[in-house]
Amino acid sequence: MSVEAREARQPWILLSPALGAVTLLLFVPLAFILVYSFWLRTATGADQVGFYLENWREALSDAFYRDILINTLKIAAITTIVCALMGYPAAYFIARSKGNKAILLLLLMLPFWISYIIRTMSWINILGVSGAFNSALMTLGVISEPIQMLYNETTVILGLVHFLLPFMVLNVFVSLEGIDTNLEDAANSLGATKWQSFLQVTLPLSLPGLAAGGLLCFVLGAGTYITPIVLGGPTDAMFANLVFEAIITQLNWPLGSALSLMLLAVLGTLVLIYNRYLGMAQLMKGLG
Amino acid sequence: MKKMDNTTRYERLRERYMNGDLDRRSFLGLIGAAGLAYGVQTPFAKYAHAAVEQVRFDGWGGVVSEAFREHAFDPYTKATGINVVDGTFGGGDEYLSRVKASQEGEYNIAHLSGVFDYARYHNLGLSSTLNEDNIPNLQYVIPKLVDVFRKVTDGKLSCVPYDYGTTGLAYNRKHISDEEMKEKGAKILIDEKLKGKIGGWGDWRTRIWFGSLQTDQDPNGATDMEAVWDAIRKHRDLSLKYWSSGAELMSLLAEEEIYVTEGWSGRIYALQEQGHDIGYMDPPNGYGWQECLFVIKGSPMEACEELLNFMLEPATSIAVAEGQNYPPALDPTKVELGDKIPTLPAFDPTGTLDGLTFADPEYWNGHEQEWSKQFGRVQKGY
Repeated sequence: MSVEAREARQPWILLSPALGAVTLLLFVPLAFILVYSFWLRTATGADQVGFYLENWREALSDAFYRDILINTLKIAAITTIVCALMGYPAAYFIARSKGNKAILLLLLMLPFWISYIIRTMSWINILGVSGAFNSALMTLGVISEPIQMLYNETTVILGLVHFLLPFMVLNVFVSLEGIDTNLEDAANSLGATKWQSFLQVTLPLSLPGLAAGGLLCFVLGAGTYITPIVLGGPTDAMFANLVFEAIITQLNWPLGSALSLMLLAVLGTLVLIYNRYLGMAQLMKGLG
Repeated sequence: MKKMDNTTRYERLRERYMNGDLDRRSFLGLIGAAGLAYGVQTPFAKYAHAAVEQVRFDGWGGVVSEAFREHAFDPYTKATGINVVDGTFGGGDEYLSRVKASQEGEYNIAHLSGVFDYARYHNLGLSSTLNEDNIPNLQYVIPKLVDVFRKVTDGKLSCVPYDYGTTGLAYNRKHISDEEMKEKGAKILIDEKLKGKIGGWGDWRTRIWFGSLQTDQDPNGATDMEAVWDAIRKHRDLSLKYWSSGAELMSLLAEEEIYVTEGWSGRIYALQEQGHDIGYMDPPNGYGWQECLFVIKGSPMEACEELLNFMLEPATSIAVAEGQNYPPALDPTKVELGDKIPTLPAFDPTGTLDGLTFADPEYWNGHEQEWSKQFGRVQKGY
């Protein structure tokens, strides 16, 4: 074998364990889900093997699924915007702070050490009728009766922001860290105010990080099902809850498979659009 | 006589050979034969033993698991050498999905709820046939509880009944009086005066059962389903939240997030034991249910039957019942149940259970596919 051929093979040899894992753990299960989506659930709950389009027809034509999907995308979009508005100043502060950057980053990572479910449930103790917030307001005499704050769409968004904010901050932080501060100084020396140099130099250069954080927040937010269960009211459901119900409650694995592939297709399209215009490199930096 | 181990056997053989009592060919032949016998026997023996090395039990966890571990699993392991692997699940639906995705024999015994679950497992081909002679403690169980299971599986049993309870109305006495509850019954859950302070279990069967009661229909044979769905919609619009676990139910009531909901009798008793002023009432035709220990097809039957017998031992049943606050399936006319159990909600001292209405498995499973899906939509505002 020639040296060129050996060198050409080397990356594939090094990549093969990772490619093998991705194939076995992602593509093979996905293929199973795809096959399942064409089966049918019988009245007893058993699956009828075959090639039926009923699940797809139902998933694509039923207004119920469309409405929940739109509502899910709406909640994910609001969450992403709130994360961006809250996350950017925090990331900017960390990136420009001197000396205590490591501590601030550690504080940012701290919530990841606690289970996501526990973090979500903590809001019950904060916003509940006898929670910390109501107790404080009543002690201060601001209110005489506790306010009902939990179990609505706002608390679902609050729970999602709590969960996703660190992803946004980290991505924006990585982006800001990569900007040469001399550029801001140069803008200032040319007569720009601090605000102008931020708007015209720093913000445009950090947009890829903001977009990467936004994509992560949106995709993770749209795929969640725990938060609406814990913090939502009777009608607050997201698309992943429909998948859960189809598979677990109704034992309808074929329909659940079609619904999960539908969500995957929508979110996958967003990732592809992002990749087409911004590339995945920034996202990888943020995740790293 | 002391049993000789293989090392001693080999040493004696070698001694005979070294002493000249055995020629070289015989010595090597015997060593070879021993090796062959070991090689052939060991792998198969391993498989034969593996079948009864452990039995897997899956239940609701918490105090029930602890009571099972102390009173049934550990004594069983001590007596038989078979380990009990103790797993938990969050609900019957979730567990069924896990069993459906498993290999035969992976799951063995499950603490299932309701006769309709028993019928569901049977319809999916997951039932087994118990040899009742191996479960002598079955004689202490209330006959009515056993008979309903026999009807589903052609006179045979794939489970033993274990406990029973009710899903009744739980209410905060600070805000709702006993008299008001008696007057309104299940309709309190659609009382507009309590908007935002009502809760409910997000389980389609329970919602339809109470919807039937709210529309004055037989919960095992509603004829006007549109009226039932409307009642469910009304309840949804007045509710603060659908709860999804016993812990959440207790938290919502204890924290006064809600004043009234339907609730599981044992959980409400636990709240009362903690000092909360929560009332409990079974309305006429209230939801009665029983739980069983179901043996899944492909399990090591004798080992499972022996474990069921340990679990049905009166001392074990009573300890578990006291832990979870649900009366055991033991017949009070045959077994002395102690002081606490007669005070538990839903307890029937006659052992006839005539006062409880159980779900008819044929009716509920016949509509399961349609109603579970429809409830999913109604629940989300449709």
